[in-house]
Amino acid sequence: MTAMAEGSAPRSAVAHLAPDLPDRPGGAVRLREVAFPAQVELRLDDEDATAFGPRAGQFLCCGMPAPGHAAGAGDPYVLWLGPGWYLAVDRPGSAYGLLAGLRDALGADCGGMCGSAVDVSAARTVLELSGPSARAVLAHGCLLDLHPRTFGPGRCAQTVLAQAQVVLHQTGAADYRLLVRTSYADHLVRWLLDAMTEYV
Amino acid sequence: MTGSFRTASGGTRIDRSRTLTFTFDGTTYTAHPGDTLASALLAHGVRVVAQGPYTGRPRGVYSTGAEEPNAFVQVESGPGEPMVRATRLEVHDGLRASSLSGRGRLVDAPDTGRYDKVYAHCDVLVIGAGTAGRAAALAAVAAGARVIVADDRPGIGIEASGELTVLPRTTVTGHYDHGYFVAVERRTDHLGDAAPARTARRRLWHVRARRVVLATGALERPVLFPDNDRPGIMLAGAAAAYVRRYGVLPGRRAVVFGAHDGALQAALDLLDAGVEIACVTDVRASTGPLGDRLRERGVTVLEGRAVTGTESGPDGILTDARIGGDIVPCDLLAVSGGWNPDLHLFTQAGGRTRWSAEHAAFIPGAPPRVPIDVVGSARGIPGEAAEHLPEGADGLVFVDLHRDATLAGVRDALQAGMTSNEHVKRYTTIGTGADQGRTSGVPASGALARLLGRAPGEIGTTTQRPPVEPIPFAVLAGRDRGDLLAPARRTPMHGWHEEHGALFEDVGEWKRPRYYPRPGESMDDAVLRECRTARARVAALDASTLGKIDVQGPDAAAFLDRIYTGRISTLAPGRCRYGVMCGTDGMIFDDGVAARLAPGRFHLTTTSGNAARVLDWLEEWLQTEWPELRVRCTSVTDQWAVVALAGPRSRDVLTALAPGLDVAAFPFMATREAEVAGLPARVFRISYSGELAYEINVPSWHGLALWEAVMAAGEPHGIAPYGTETMHVLRAEKGYIVAGQDTDGTVTPHDAGLGWAVKAAGGWVGHRSLHRPDTARADRKRLVGLRPRDPAVVLAEGAQLVAEPPPAEITHPVPMLGHVTSSYRGTVGSFALALLKGGDEREGETLYAVDSGRADAVTVTSPVHYDREGARRDGDG
Repeated sequence: MTAMAEGSAPRSAVAHLAPDLPDRPGGAVRLREVAFPAQVELRLDDEDATAFGPRAGQFLCCGMPAPGHAAGAGDPYVLWLGPGWYLAVDRPGSAYGLLAGLRDALGADCGGMCGSAVDVSAARTVLELSGPSARAVLAHGCLLDLHPRTFGPGRCAQTVLAQAQVVLHQTGAADYRLLVRTSYADHLVRWLLDAMTEYV
Repeated sequence: MTGSFRTASGGTRIDRSRTLTFTFDGTTYTAHPGDTLASALLAHGVRVVAQGPYTGRPRGVYSTGAEEPNAFVQVESGPGEPMVRATRLEVHDGLRASSLSGRGRLVDAPDTGRYDKVYAHCDVLVIGAGTAGRAAALAAVAAGARVIVADDRPGIGIEASGELTVLPRTTVTGHYDHGYFVAVERRTDHLGDAAPARTARRRLWHVRARRVVLATGALERPVLFPDNDRPGIMLAGAAAAYVRRYGVLPGRRAVVFGAHDGALQAALDLLDAGVEIACVTDVRASTGPLGDRLRERGVTVLEGRAVTGTESGPDGILTDARIGGDIVPCDLLAVSGGWNPDLHLFTQAGGRTRWSAEHAAFIPGAPPRVPIDVVGSARGIPGEAAEHLPEGADGLVFVDLHRDATLAGVRDALQAGMTSNEHVKRYTTIGTGADQGRTSGVPASGALARLLGRAPGEIGTTTQRPPVEPIPFAVLAGRDRGDLLAPARRTPMHGWHEEHGALFEDVGEWKRPRYYPRPGESMDDAVLRECRTARARVAALDASTLGKIDVQGPDAAAFLDRIYTGRISTLAPGRCRYGVMCGTDGMIFDDGVAARLAPGRFHLTTTSGNAARVLDWLEEWLQTEWPELRVRCTSVTDQWAVVALAGPRSRDVLTALAPGLDVAAFPFMATREAEVAGLPARVFRISYSGELAYEINVPSWHGLALWEAVMAAGEPHGIAPYGTETMHVLRAEKGYIVAGQDTDGTVTPHDAGLGWAVKAAGGWVGHRSLHRPDTARADRKRLVGLRPRDPAVVLAEGAQLVAEPPPAEITHPVPMLGHVTSSYRGTVGSFALALLKGGDEREGETLYAVDSGRADAVTVTSPVHYDREGARRDGDG
């Protein structure tokens, strides 16, 4: 994998909607894009997870998350996507190192890596939905119960929102990240903007 | 009937300090906030609010709530709505409504109002906010539960707080499995024009509840008698409620007819409100203490006697009640036969009701298999009630006012041999209306029981199904309409395509440019121009929608050998191979290219619409059949934007864009990592057009930059963008199939002319099925080419192929030999691909393609219409 070339700025899948995003500090609900974090998808089977999960977690300095949870508060952080299935996320431009480190952790250096590590940095658009009404906005389409008694900061889930597959990651009391496939990002953002009608 | 029927004071639900105006059937009236259309009309002495749907007989307000069988009206103001109960329609300034005869009119103007949906979860859902419901809700809140209270009335005497959600004007319409409920909240209907445009007019609630408290109360049921449908006849409890809640006298001189103490209590209430009681008659032999109280107040109380008929004026409105030989003038006949617990939501989820003589009603029996508590009147109101069925044949005895269905109909059903209440329901239509038979169901069961000489419990009630009342489609659609109806997946270059005049086509959820017409060009013109540009110079296609899967692991090659019909394990790193996947039945499932990036790593492509299914397919085999294989699959469809560059000049364009790539030494069916236009790229030299071609993959966020760079670098070579239509023409000219268009789940690789892509050795999915006698038949349909005899004709895709031109009059079945799968006008002229019995053995034969009554002579050819030698693959030198 070639490192990202200099001077070629990535372009957001929702750049054309940027002026419409409500991003007023203190607003009932805010939506903004978290631009271009590095993302690597990890797949391990159960045995691999036992043996190599801790190595990967050590490399990432945040451990590996339990089912339904995220690990790491800042960069990097790791989301549990399913059994033996993780998404490691780090600051923009760090995909090369992230990928190399994870491949090493999975035993690539001793030949025959277990599981897989794939750079998917450009596969998902990361959105941040926050504010006192953020949970109410999500409830217009999210079937999961996001009440603090059953969900909360540090939790994550793969689910469907606006007919699009999303990873929902709660980062604060009223802060959510939505990771969506870039081709669906335009649709999801327009759906969210419409869902906010009564809140902004 | 003139003068105001509004009392001087009182009315718990109305605000007498303000006056509203509304229009009914063209006449303007006044009302107070809190009035329903029914109470406001009664206050003005408007007795006729509807007509029977079949008899056309005038009908009046019969109840106060959801049980109303008569007073369905058409709302004409605002967005309009058919079949709205006047008993629940809150009057607002400017409301316009008109009477109906049991059928509403669909409003033909688009409803631009906002409707939305909410998914909610709670520990306890309380349905009904009467005394019992409120008590249950407060107890649950005190215990720390998350509680939702829903009631279809506007006012709920309970405040939302912390974990208590209060939903007034909300009807729970369905109780489904596992504590799942659907409810409709009417949020701004009552505001009329003052409704804020940004507020959803109605909201569909999807509620998951751990347990449910049904506090839905009990509904009054009528007693049957001849001519029981005249305006002025209403349920006795409702008559009293109009006085109490709205300060409205439903009449000035009343006859009360009942079969239980509830009727006597209603008579006392009406008396207290200042209504003259002409007499009270009860079918029971004794009326007990309540009867004594009425007599003490000077009311005539008849025992063991029934109303036997009614009289009306020319307008059909009640003037007298007949009790045997007595004729009693009255303008209100208040009737009450007992209380039915409202158990729709109990039985919808599988609960059973049972007849209780103690309650004279069907009460909750075996509960559904969900945690459910029935509280308050919904458990049944204790007290005896007499059964009564009129004997005489004078006048019509309506069992279901809403359906205009009579007791004579029930007798007819019995004459026809029916004994089940479900059969009688369907025969008579009793209980099938929008009111769900709330006032007719139990009387119908009672009548059936009496006529059959059985007990009511033996007859039971008919099955109640959701929804408990009609839900407008606009509510079900919510925000899933217009642009938000379905996701449109966009490639990173979508905006460029729009700016450059592309017309789009839907491919799965994707929007793909179909062609880019220039001013004055027809679709045929544009597609032919794009085809010629690709064949003669260079053209670019946005191929980002291709499904892409990253397959990694020490066993990846062995795995792919088992999935593809061809051998993948012999690929050298850096090389690609076309691959076909079959189902276990040996039929083509998908095709694409497998590229080996490293010994244990592959990049697969799939057809655009099949990406998710292929990934699921791989996962299914890995997880269920071959868990021992150390292979992991990851979707990278959205990671990569792809520009397909096709045409003899494509090498020049790539050379200009990728100075670091040895383009000259880049063989066909190979892949290279390179910097293209300054971007990190993965380039494949593969061709879906037959021309020299490359597919350049870059991270999707660079897709637009790559596309613009390709267009700029191609400009000196006359580059043009091309769309999916041109892609199809180019691939079809070469005889390349589209899985799902030229195949339909009955086509083997051999049938599609892809035998060369099938390895002899077994051990792969579908191999065994290809050795059945059926898949070896010589007369299987196989892929061929067709040329219409008339070159001006483009055959219809799907046209049937027959051996003889069809006769003018078809007298016998004509054997079908095959059908057209792809048909275009391309650079080679009009041509088609088809599946044909006997396939290539028929090359040169003349057949007929029949479609929509038209038959065109066609010549069978090779499926490859262009460059059969494959000379174009490496460009034109």
